[in-house]
Order: sequence, then structure tokens, then C-alpha cells
Amino acid sequence: MIIPIVRTAILALRRDRGSLVLSFVVPIAFFSLFAVIFGGQHDTVPKIRIVVVDEDRSQASQQLVKGLENDGSLVVMTQPATTKEQPQPTPYTAASAEDAVKAGDVSVALIVPTGWGANPISFRGDSVAPAIQLLSDQSDTIAPQMVGGLLQKAAMTSMPLVMAEQGMKYSEQYLGGYTPEQRKKMDDSLDRLRHLENEPSKTAAGSASSSSATGGMIAVKTRSVVGENKKSPMISFYAAAIGVMFLLFTATGSAGALLDEAESGALDRVLSSRITMTGLLAGKLVFNILLAFTQLTVMFLWAWAVFKLDFFTHISGFIVMGLCTAFAVASFGILLASICRTRAQLGALSTLLVLTMSAIGGSMFPRYLMSEAMQKAGLWTINAWAIDGFTKVFWRDLPVSALWPQVGVLLAIGVVLFAVARRVARRWEYA
Amino acid sequence: MSTNPESSKSLPSPVPLQVDALIKRFGQVVAVDGISLEMRAGECLGLLGPNGAGKSTLIRAIAGRVLPDAGHVAIFGVPAGSPQARAALGWVPQDLALYPRLSAKENLRSFGRYYGLTGKKLEQAVAWCLDWAALQDRAGDLVSSLSGGMKRRLNMAAGLIHQPRLVLMDEPTVGVDPQSRNRIFEMIEALRTQGMTIIYTTHYMEEAERLCDRIAIVDHGRIIALDTREALVHNSFASRSQVLARLEGPPGKVSAWVEMRGGRLVDATAEFTIEGPNEIAALLEGATAAGLELVDLSLRRPNLESVFLHLTGRELRD
Repeated sequence: MIIPIVRTAILALRRDRGSLVLSFVVPIAFFSLFAVIFGGQHDTVPKIRIVVVDEDRSQASQQLVKGLENDGSLVVMTQPATTKEQPQPTPYTAASAEDAVKAGDVSVALIVPTGWGANPISFRGDSVAPAIQLLSDQSDTIAPQMVGGLLQKAAMTSMPLVMAEQGMKYSEQYLGGYTPEQRKKMDDSLDRLRHLENEPSKTAAGSASSSSATGGMIAVKTRSVVGENKKSPMISFYAAAIGVMFLLFTATGSAGALLDEAESGALDRVLSSRITMTGLLAGKLVFNILLAFTQLTVMFLWAWAVFKLDFFTHISGFIVMGLCTAFAVASFGILLASICRTRAQLGALSTLLVLTMSAIGGSMFPRYLMSEAMQKAGLWTINAWAIDGFTKVFWRDLPVSALWPQVGVLLAIGVVLFAVARRVARRWEYA
Repeated sequence: MSTNPESSKSLPSPVPLQVDALIKRFGQVVAVDGISLEMRAGECLGLLGPNGAGKSTLIRAIAGRVLPDAGHVAIFGVPAGSPQARAALGWVPQDLALYPRLSAKENLRSFGRYYGLTGKKLEQAVAWCLDWAALQDRAGDLVSSLSGGMKRRLNMAAGLIHQPRLVLMDEPTVGVDPQSRNRIFEMIEALRTQGMTIIYTTHYMEEAERLCDRIAIVDHGRIIALDTREALVHNSFASRSQVLARLEGPPGKVSAWVEMRGGRLVDATAEFTIEGPNEIAALLEGATAAGLELVDLSLRRPNLESVFLHLTGRELRD
């Protein structure tokens, strides 16, 4: 009784390639993908890009900057990258460093103020010297903490002489001075440290695997320069991240109507009327753009109503990013529908691609927490560009003009995908 | 309904359809093998042939949905597939080419808009189609909720929404019950009285006999005969008739005797072609002499099935 049912079901499953792919290929693909993204983190720790401005220019501050530069976990920039337009860019200042954080070029900037080197150690927070300023972007809650710790580590490992001298100074101040013999031994030790500092390779500084930072000896004043007034830091990020992922699913599902029409013969009938294939695809594209844009609008309105997202003051940026994202996503859906032969194929392929793009592109997991390689891979996804654009609008409060990279890429993606879809759809035009 | 005057604007020829030496191959299969055909305005031409004969490919080539490998198709003097040809042509595909989630009326409106109809003209065309297909009371119902016969009628109506001058009907009665089939015949006859030019493909000879002025018998991608029903029968059988006899006896003995007398067995009924009624007596005597019992006997004029068999050596339903 049971075996014939099982045999029939096995036969049916064998013929249903879509189900087979969903059952066996998709899970393995996702396991592999997440293993690469998360499992490989210990091998390829994402480097944190920071801007460092040394206003002090003292020996201590220069040693600290050098220590930070030698840290394998950081990419330290003291000036913008050279470009054709700016072959010799001006070094960062406190103001331009703050702008870089606001623009999202880096998550953290460190400003070493004038006079810091005269008294760099703050054992009890009673240092009279000005504290190092750490400018942060609240959307990245991890980078400032990591940089803070690495700063302490750099201080301990890259400027041992200064640390020792400062330690002696504090000891002398609180213990009431040294005997001449003690003083001589201390001077000998300081000489050895000077000798070691001149041979940096033998110091612990610059080694990412060196001991962890002790913390707290360097006075740091942290200030959020982006999102300091935001009520819910990650709301706009998740509205965009989740929104784009579901837009991709909706767009592929909606574009799948093409396959239904092809199967029923309605497509043939439509193409025997005045409608051309280009007109038909353009019509589907416009519908899918409107659908996706409406979907995004509903999502952001919900975020405004329930999570207090500041929607209406960013409406122009939202419209620009929403339409560009909707265009790219709609073209993506039409291309997939054009490539696939059946709904089952479309279901399997879209699930695989959309979840992959969402994982790499930052819809599931912020890209700044991924390794550099994965962050670069994310730039091949619609999700990454859309999320970056919405973040610029809602998080960084940047004007519409600042969206040109995201707008340009999303429009280019949309145009290219639609052109390919039109080409592939020739199979429906004539037998 | 009168045909759409806009669809006939500036069409260079009054000949609804001209097909010249049309060839279409799919890989190694030659679906249409050099078909030539010309239609007269207002006539109903039947394409009769078994499944796979090439009828649907020919229809799709006329509709501009198949690119021929050789030959030419002209609709009122313009190439098939051109915008003018599309406007002048209505196509009722074999499949139910409808939007299942739209109502009957919404389907008609959609297809009407695809042909450029708007406003009052569109509403008039939709009303005419619903009336013609007897679907006024189901106009607001979703297609998915309609019966098979209703879907077929709506499928036909959608092909006529733009009031074409030439209509291609590709087996419009496939899968419908006899009552619905009769309703469809009445719809087509209504079009015929209005002078519409129709191509009707079928593998049911009764449909071709009832509806068509001329019938083209299609086999293996070729038209093997094209004429009126009477002329086709006369050309194949002249004044001869057919005798159908049901005989009882050992199966081997029955088939051997039928073959010996120049007849053939179809579903246990023996068919003989005779010159005159006087040959019937000889057949009866022969059967008795062979030890076979005659159960039933009838005389009939040869039909299109007989013509097809005569021309191809195969039955239409093979």
C-alpha cells in the first residue's frame, strides 16, 4: 500500500528539477556561502579603515601613529587616496576627518590634539593634557570599541620609552623620589628601551597577535559625529536591507507572470496584437518598478509610524533611491523570468540568487562586519548599492547630489539587465 | 458586428490570404512542406487533418508567430506579422490564452487595449463579444470560475475583440462537450452570415463539413486536396457509395473475407465501396457462403473521412 505511493512520489520528484534544486543544491549552496562569510572570519579579519590626524607632531604622537599604522587590524589613512584629480592630496585635518566619517568613508577618525605628547598617560583620568578625540559613526557600533582598544595597545607597544618615563614620573610624584642608585638603574633601563625602539622589528608593536590592550592609560574622548541625534540607529539600515531583499523576491515572482502567459498561450496572443516584445517587457518593467517602489514606500512609512524613522525630511532622497532601486530590482526580475523555462526553475533560481545577493550584499548582516574580500564581493549585488544609498539618505543626512555613485550603479544595473532580458526574450518572439 | 474599418485602411489587396510555397522546419521535422493557398473574401476554409499534420504551424505562420524557412504569407497584400496584417487578423489559438485571474470582461478589455481600442469603441466591442459568446451574465466572473465551454467561447471572443476581417480559429472546440460545441458552431455561423473570412482547423470531419465552404486536407505538412466537400468526395469516389456491414464469425475469418472482397475493417465494421446498390446482394451472398453471420448493414455516401482514407491510406484519427 505504502510502497507504490513512495515510488510514485520519488518518480515525480526526479522529474521536478526545481524541487530537486531547492531540496539539495540550495541548502548546500547556502551552507557554503555562510561558511565562507562567517566561518572564514578568523582567517580574514575585516580591517577597520580609520583616519588619523596628528595635530601634536610630538615624538610620542608620531610613535603612536606609527604603532597604529603597524597594526594589522587597521588601515590607517593620514590623507585621502591619490586620484588623477588630486595626485598630491592634502593631509586630513580635524575638520576633513570629521567629514570623512560623516560621508561614510571611514567608521572612525582619531584626532591627536596639540599638547597631547607632553603628558600622554592618564592613569587616573587626571591628565592635564588634552585627550585624543575618537570620532565615530553610530551605525557601526563595533569599530569605535575596537579602535579604542587598539589605541591603548599601540600606546603600550609602540612607545614603551614614553610609557616608562611617564610611569617613573608618576612614581616619583606619588612615592616621593628615587635614591641615586635607583635613578641610575632606571636610566640604564630607559637606555635599553631607547635601543629597542630604534630596532622596531624586535618590539611587539605592529604585531596583530601581540597581547591585548590593557586599556584606559590613554585618555580618549569619544564623540559620535553621525547619528548622534538619531533615536533608532539601525532602523533605516534594516528598512533598506530587508526591503531590498523582499523587493527582489517580489520582482522575480511578479515577472514570473511572463512564464504563465507563455505557458497558457496568452503571450502568443499578446504578441500577435499591436504589442511588440520590447513593448511587452517595458510594460512589465514599469509595473514591477511601481510595485517595488510602492513596497518600499509602505515599508519606510511603517518604519516612520512605528519606529519613528525620520521619513518625511528625507523624502527627496528616498524617492531617488527608491526609484533607482526599484528599477534595478525590476530588471533583475524580468531577466530571471526571461532566462527560466518554467515557474519551478524560476522559483529555484530566484531563491538561490536572491538569498546569495542578500547575504553578500548586506541584507542579512552588515557588510562592514564582513571581511574585505566579502565587502568587495558585495559590490556586485543590488542590495549593497541600495543599502549604501539609503544609509546615505537616512543615516548620514547627505543631500541627493551625494547619491550619484549609488544612483549611477543602480541605473546601470537596471539598463544592462533589461537589455540582456530583451535579448534572451527573443526566444518568445518567433518559432 | 461589422469588421473594423480601421483594420482595412490602406490594405493593398482584397485577397484576405495568400500563402505561397510555405516551408517551415523544426530541426529535422518538416512541419509545413511547400503549402500554397489563396482565400476568397467571406469564405470559410477548413483545414482538416490529423494531429501533427501541420495545421497549427500553418496557422501560426499566418498569424506571424512562426518565421517561415521559405515562402511567403500575405494578409490583404501585406506580409504576415506586419502591423497592418496584425490589425486585420484575429487569432483564436488552440490553448486557452486568457488571464485566469481576470474576469471575462477584464480579459476582453485587456486584449482590446492591446489592439489599440479605447473609450466607447472598446466598450462597444466588449459588449458585442460578450453578447456573441453568450457570456453577458458571467461578464464579471473570473475566468478560473467559468466552465470549459465558457472559457472556449471567451477565448474565441478575445480573438475577435478588434473586429478583424480575417479570423484564424485553431481547433476551437477541443475538449468541450457536445452542447458547448453546438453553441460554438452557432457563433461561427453567425460570423459567416456577416461575411467574415474564416480559417478553421479541425480534425473532426463533421465540423469541417458543417462550417466550411472549402476544405483543405492537410497531411505531413502538405495540402493533398483542396475543394468543396462535394467536389472532394466526387473526385475521390465519383458516384460510388459505401456499405458498412457488421459481421459475426471467427475474427481471422472475418478479416480475411473482408480483405478478399476489397473492403477494410474499422472498429469491427467492414467497409466496402460499391458502384451501385446491386452489389449489396452479392456481398450478402458472399458473406453467407463464407459462413459469416450478418448482424447489421447500412449504405452511405462517402464522407471526408473516406476521402482522407482514400488519399492517404490512413484514417483521419490515426
